[in-house]
Amino acid sequence: MMGNIGLEHFLIFSGTLFCIGLFGALAKRNVIAILMGLEIMLNSVNINLVAFSRYATTGDLTGQVFAIFVVAVAAAEVAVGLALIVAIYRDRMSVNVEDFDWLKW
Amino acid sequence: MVNFALENAWLIPFLPFMAFVLIALVFKPLPKVSAFVAITCMLTSFVLAIQIGIGVFLDAERFIEEPLKHTFTWFSMSGLTIEMGTQIDPTSAMMLFVVTLVASLVQIYSLGYMHGDVGFSRFFAYLSLFAMSMLGLVIAPNLLQMFVFWELVGLCSYLLIGFWFFKYSAREAAKKAFITTRTGDFGLLLGLLLLQINFGTLDLVKLGEMIPNFTQYGLTASGLTVIAIILFLGPIGKSGQFPLHVWLPDAMEGPTPVSALIHAATMVVAGVYLVGRSLILFQTVPAAMTFVACIGAFTALFAATIAVTQVEMKKILAYSTVSQLGYMMLALGCGSLTASMFHLMTHAFFKALMFLGAGCVLHGMHNELNIWKYGGLKKYMPVTYWTFLIGCLAIAGIPPFAGFWSKDEILLVTYNMFAHGHQPIYLVLFIMAVITAGLTAFYMFRMFFICFHGELRDEHAHPHEAPPSMLIALIVLGALSIVGGLVGMPWLEHPFGYYVRLGEFEHEAPNYFIMVGSVVVACIGIFTAITIYLKKSVSHEKLAEQYKGIYTVLYNKYYIDEIYLWLIHNVLDGLGRFLWWVDITIVDGIVDGVGKSTQGLGSILRRAQTGKLQHYALVLFAGVVILVVIMAMTGTSSASSMLGGVR
Amino acid sequence: MFWILAIFTLGSALLMVMNKNIFHSALFMVLTFIGVAAMYVMLQADFMAAVQILVYAGAIAIFLVFGIMLTQRGNMKQTNLFAKHTAVAGLVSLALVVINAFMVWNTNWLKSTAEPPQDTVGQIADLMLGKFMVPFEVAAILLLVALLGAVIIAKGVKKTS
Repeated sequence: MMGNIGLEHFLIFSGTLFCIGLFGALAKRNVIAILMGLEIMLNSVNINLVAFSRYATTGDLTGQVFAIFVVAVAAAEVAVGLALIVAIYRDRMSVNVEDFDWLKW
Repeated sequence: MVNFALENAWLIPFLPFMAFVLIALVFKPLPKVSAFVAITCMLTSFVLAIQIGIGVFLDAERFIEEPLKHTFTWFSMSGLTIEMGTQIDPTSAMMLFVVTLVASLVQIYSLGYMHGDVGFSRFFAYLSLFAMSMLGLVIAPNLLQMFVFWELVGLCSYLLIGFWFFKYSAREAAKKAFITTRTGDFGLLLGLLLLQINFGTLDLVKLGEMIPNFTQYGLTASGLTVIAIILFLGPIGKSGQFPLHVWLPDAMEGPTPVSALIHAATMVVAGVYLVGRSLILFQTVPAAMTFVACIGAFTALFAATIAVTQVEMKKILAYSTVSQLGYMMLALGCGSLTASMFHLMTHAFFKALMFLGAGCVLHGMHNELNIWKYGGLKKYMPVTYWTFLIGCLAIAGIPPFAGFWSKDEILLVTYNMFAHGHQPIYLVLFIMAVITAGLTAFYMFRMFFICFHGELRDEHAHPHEAPPSMLIALIVLGALSIVGGLVGMPWLEHPFGYYVRLGEFEHEAPNYFIMVGSVVVACIGIFTAITIYLKKSVSHEKLAEQYKGIYTVLYNKYYIDEIYLWLIHNVLDGLGRFLWWVDITIVDGIVDGVGKSTQGLGSILRRAQTGKLQHYALVLFAGVVILVVIMAMTGTSSASSMLGGVR
Repeated sequence: MFWILAIFTLGSALLMVMNKNIFHSALFMVLTFIGVAAMYVMLQADFMAAVQILVYAGAIAIFLVFGIMLTQRGNMKQTNLFAKHTAVAGLVSLALVVINAFMVWNTNWLKSTAEPPQDTVGQIADLMLGKFMVPFEVAAILLLVALLGAVIIAKGVKKTS
């Protein structure tokens, strides 16, 4: 296992990274921290894509192109997300996600 | 003329019905015209009935072999056909004669009695409706038609008892009559249904053939006995047998012509007539017949004991009617259609006579009911006096008046059931009947002496004789009470029993011992009444004081009404209250409970909607984990089918 | 080499998530991005590594810091606390890790034995402007829309006094 780094290693690595990001998204109170967890998750997905492009379809770089698009979308998403957070903060004076429960019964 | 009547017997009930419709719709504001219409139709029916009587009388054997029936199909569906029509045989011919005669006389009497009453037209309308119902019942060829008209007769009784509806007591009496007879009708309907189910028909002639072979139709003897007894509940109610007799004395709230017509001569005998028509059923199961006889004899004695203490003229006559109806049932319970129908006929004559006579007394004494206010009316109302005396002699059973022959016939058949059949119960019933005969004579003459002899007790009363319209009926009925029984003399070649019978004609030898004995018993009763009330040798007040306990019980009619009231209030209403509790608590509880549990479940499940997206995401991923674990454990094929994909 | 980088990246991610100070979390996030970029290099995706550093570590991280600064109040130390259901979340994440690792290790992946291309930029450009032309343009529009949207949302509604 130590010697030959293969596809599996990268996949497990990206999976773990994903779960760490998931934990951050689920368990933190600050909205911005949740966003950060979201970014980590997107990053792990990118690693997954690139790993497959390197090991499974070696000549074809479609995986990397896909990853680039993911980065672009992630950037857009962060922009809009932060704008929303700022707008909510202006109104409610809080970034604690436990206060944003207007959908409750 | 005779043939026309025989072929068109349906006219007999139809004419009074026409009178009813005409009066109700057209002539109500014109009292004299209404009376004219009603009486005309009734007399026409009477003439037709006489024609039918003549026709049957001349050719009796043929009518007994095969009654003359005209029917049409009223209602028909698969498996059930209901017919309506007429059936002429000696029994129905006799009944037609009696009913039309008494109804006509009562209507003529009402011209005088109801004169000036606000509801004069309405009275004649109801009387005509009643006449139609009773006549339809009498000529019915099947039990269903009889039941239809039975209910109609009950309706007319209700309308007529409560005729003076502005009186609270009249309203209550009408309700009581209807409800009590309805209670009996429950059994009647049940019995009819059972007969229809088992035999497939309610036609009298057909049932007469089928019932003796009842085992072919899948019935056991005990099953048939049960049907017979259930069926008998109807006559118990309608004919005032114990325990459903309570409505008859209260029915005296109605006008006296009503009491004469309905509660003496015609409606109350509907029950007797029904049992008579279905006598073949009772003869086939002797246990039911014995039951009928016991009820009849008990009722006769029971009512006679109560009548001894009563102080209202009409109430005494009412209890007397109950007692005589008991006699008729006793006769049927001994299997003799002849004796029962004979007594029915004679009883109609003398009881109607006495009721109409009581009506004359009431008319003359301005509706004073208590007989102790009367006295010495002999000199003020001679016609009433003599006709009433005839009636009392008839009911007491003194020959040659009508009641003697019929009552003697009943005593004879009862004794024969004991002597030939060797059933000891009939001896007991015979003794009860004899005692009742003595009591009957006693209380009738008690009433007679108190009312008509002695001195007038009430100084402010001005009694006077009744107008001629009322006296005609008295005279006619008086004549019939004298000669009416002679048709049943046992020495005739074709006595009453030749015409009205069930089965073969048996020429019974007269039992002189019973004949003489019954006269002796009657004379004892009359003599006792003379001693106490005429000669006043023994004071009746002292007797009442001496036997205070018995006197109180008898005077209060054995407290039966109070017992019934208590039962209804506690048992029936208690059941109602209990069921109301069940409805409110249990049924509503369940229905509300379903709603409330749904609400409760909702309010519990609602808490999952926290509004916090992190919770939702958490649940999502937890679900994913669980699904994956399940998939890993059960393999991919079941996992794919679980997720909805094809295998 | 892989292992060092892996531990580095995962460690910074973990520290980022566990930290109670949001600013420190942001800094650790930057470290994580750099680690991921190094991973790209290990995967012979050099262009990706460059893009990663430029966009993520350069722009997005700054963006997030902006957000933190605009919305922070009071004590910096307590700005990034854990929610009440943290234990459950941790359990779920752990379960997912285990399951994922297990499944990945036991799957027979189809691997190619060809040589990775040296010139990634050129090939990416070929694909981008050739086969994936339309997504490329759409992504551009998306970025424009996101820009506009962010400006409008952040600007807020003018209160009519």
